[in-house]
Amino acid sequence: MEKTKIKDLTDEEYLHHGSLACAGCGALLAFRHALKALGPNTITINSTGCMAVIMQMGVPKVPHFHVLFENGPAVMSGVEQALDIMGTRGDTNLLVVAGDGGTADIGMGSLSGAVERGHDFIYLCYDNESYMNTGGQRSGTTPFGAATTTTPVGSVVKGESRPMEMRKDVPEIMIAHGAPYVATASIGYPLDLIDKMKKAATVRGPSYVHVFASCPAGWRSDAKDSVKLAKLAVQTGLIRLFEYENGERTFQHVPKQRKPIKEYLELQGRFKHLLDDEEALKELEQYVERRSQS
Amino acid sequence: MTEVFFTGNRAAAEAAKLARPQVVAAYPITPQTSAVEYISQFINNGELKANMILVESEHSAMSAVVGASIVGARTFTASSSQGLQLMSEGLYFASGMRVPLVMAIANRTLSMPVNIWADHQDSMVNRDSGWMQIYCANAQEVFDNLLQAYKITEEVLMPAMVCYDGFIVSHVAERMEVIDQEQADMFLPEPDLTKRPLMDPKNPLQFGEVVYPDWYPDYEYKKHKALLDSPKTIMDVGREYGELFGRSYGMVENYRTDDAEIVFMGLGSLTSTTQWVVNDLRDCGSKVGLSKIRVFRPFPDKEIVEACKNAKVVAVIDRDIGYGTSGMLFPDVTRALYPLASRPKCLNFIIGLGGKDITPETIKDIHETCEKALEGKEVETVNWPDARKYD
Amino acid sequence: MGLEKHEKFIKKASSTLVFEPGWSEDNLTGAWRSERPEVDQEKCTNCDICWLVCPDACVKREGDRIEIDLKYCKGCGICAEECPVKAIIMLREESD
Repeated sequence: MEKTKIKDLTDEEYLHHGSLACAGCGALLAFRHALKALGPNTITINSTGCMAVIMQMGVPKVPHFHVLFENGPAVMSGVEQALDIMGTRGDTNLLVVAGDGGTADIGMGSLSGAVERGHDFIYLCYDNESYMNTGGQRSGTTPFGAATTTTPVGSVVKGESRPMEMRKDVPEIMIAHGAPYVATASIGYPLDLIDKMKKAATVRGPSYVHVFASCPAGWRSDAKDSVKLAKLAVQTGLIRLFEYENGERTFQHVPKQRKPIKEYLELQGRFKHLLDDEEALKELEQYVERRSQS
Repeated sequence: MTEVFFTGNRAAAEAAKLARPQVVAAYPITPQTSAVEYISQFINNGELKANMILVESEHSAMSAVVGASIVGARTFTASSSQGLQLMSEGLYFASGMRVPLVMAIANRTLSMPVNIWADHQDSMVNRDSGWMQIYCANAQEVFDNLLQAYKITEEVLMPAMVCYDGFIVSHVAERMEVIDQEQADMFLPEPDLTKRPLMDPKNPLQFGEVVYPDWYPDYEYKKHKALLDSPKTIMDVGREYGELFGRSYGMVENYRTDDAEIVFMGLGSLTSTTQWVVNDLRDCGSKVGLSKIRVFRPFPDKEIVEACKNAKVVAVIDRDIGYGTSGMLFPDVTRALYPLASRPKCLNFIIGLGGKDITPETIKDIHETCEKALEGKEVETVNWPDARKYD
Repeated sequence: MGLEKHEKFIKKASSTLVFEPGWSEDNLTGAWRSERPEVDQEKCTNCDICWLVCPDACVKREGDRIEIDLKYCKGCGICAEECPVKAIIMLREESD
């Protein structure tokens, strides 16, 4: 598929102004471009989370249904099967949007079931690595070392202590399900995200796109750094952008030379305590190194 | 009209088939399972053109039928017991979205202790979820009520449960009558999709919004009002069904209550046993009657007052228990009767929990207590006649 | 904020929880801003990156000019941060 260029993109926006998203919200940027990629003929199901709140007061210009926390994929299963039997699906894209809590934790069963059954829909997870809508609690994707409100920096334990490898790696879980299209993206690379959403729309069966989306409120970072951080996560090797299709994995935006992880950490309050923790920094460096071998 | 020999689950599946659901989503649980197995067989035999979603949990079953309904499909699902509890969050989700749904419930108790047999604990604890609840005493009623439930829910725009006792009704085959597809289509035409908003890219709307405190009560009142007003629809549909197929239905079936001094009241299959005992007692000269509650939500205040107009003692039989208070039918009955000047004495009897057999002797035991109360002797308000007590 | 619209819907709708889109636009989020982006049109190379990275879609591509929709711009500063030629600067909003 031809790579999207910035000048090709439509000026049409599919979200109204005036949303309650924080200034610099990464998730909103992800959704804005996901809808640009898919266009107006899209039905969106939104699991509870920041995005569901951001979309209130009629922000989306496409049909939008804020469902429960854990049941987005199950509701979409019903939508998809209904449109199929009634013969009214046409070219309509079906998009489920959920955060990392709604995806990796409480909604895992619903997502797993819907993907295993092979429904033809796109699932977009915006991953800001904790439960931001409730004020920033630890989730199954919270990285090693990160301070959240439920993994605070204390005098004995400092931040999340389980190793990076044990984070719930949802894209790999989706690959193990045999999902025909699985991709990771980052709001630091919107054109790559758009290409992946477009690809996801052409694939028959379930597509899963996992988008790394910064959160200034939860990460205690400057709003202006949202896109920069989403790029740094890739440039340091902490996040890898890839597409998985027909049993093959291709990587995008692989850094020729990885930037020091400190550059990424020092912009975020949630990692401040790690900056003088040599052992933790070494663990993170080694994680990036170990994973680059796989 | 054809005479058949069906179990309650088969009756539910056959009625659902005649309603032509387009999407069925369900998860297996005893004793509901065979109802859904029949549907799968209908689909795979080409007798029913529907998509079956074999979901990974009951929570997803409820979610999927809401999803299908919000784009305009007619749906069917069924559950029991633990499954209904796992679905509980979805029950409020469905009624809050005002989608028409029909769900068959093969009633079974809730663990722990583990027990797979009949009582009404599972549906009764969900009585305030905004769903209409219709209770059936036998396979024929399962069939008739399920078909009517589609017509009712699509008019009222609140979802409906059709409840029947696990094993006692779900697995016992009885002689009953079914109608054919042509008759069913005449009774239940395709749903009118102009009556409610649907998810459609041509007319983008937003569903499931946040509502702030100032407006929240208004939305809640609308749901409440929809159920308060629904008896008219329920009775119209029950009457029409009777005109077409010979069996009419109302909110409550009052049996020999006109001059009854003692009125039994209950839900589900236990009312059949009770009716038999009522005849027996009448033969012995006791002035007893039975108020068989068909529709528990919305609650049939008017019919219950009518049944108890000459009653001195009302025996509310609950096959469920609200721990620390009484059975769950009891408070609704006492509330409905409170304004009566004659104010009969209301007694509550908790029987048949976890499938314990409700025999004519159990009902006669209840009658004895009522007679005592009638004579002015002191009796307990909440009684457990079939439980052993160790204190 | 927008509550009169609730009234409108609750009166007319079949009482399902359904709304027409667009009433968020009553919510002028520009008021949240403490800093305002200012575009130096001379320096601007029309690469459109600021337009691409604005979460709130407040950057408009008007021919070869970049305009900021100050009615809704929340002042996050991503556009200024990401501009490759530093053609956008953030200016402190003056308090009334």
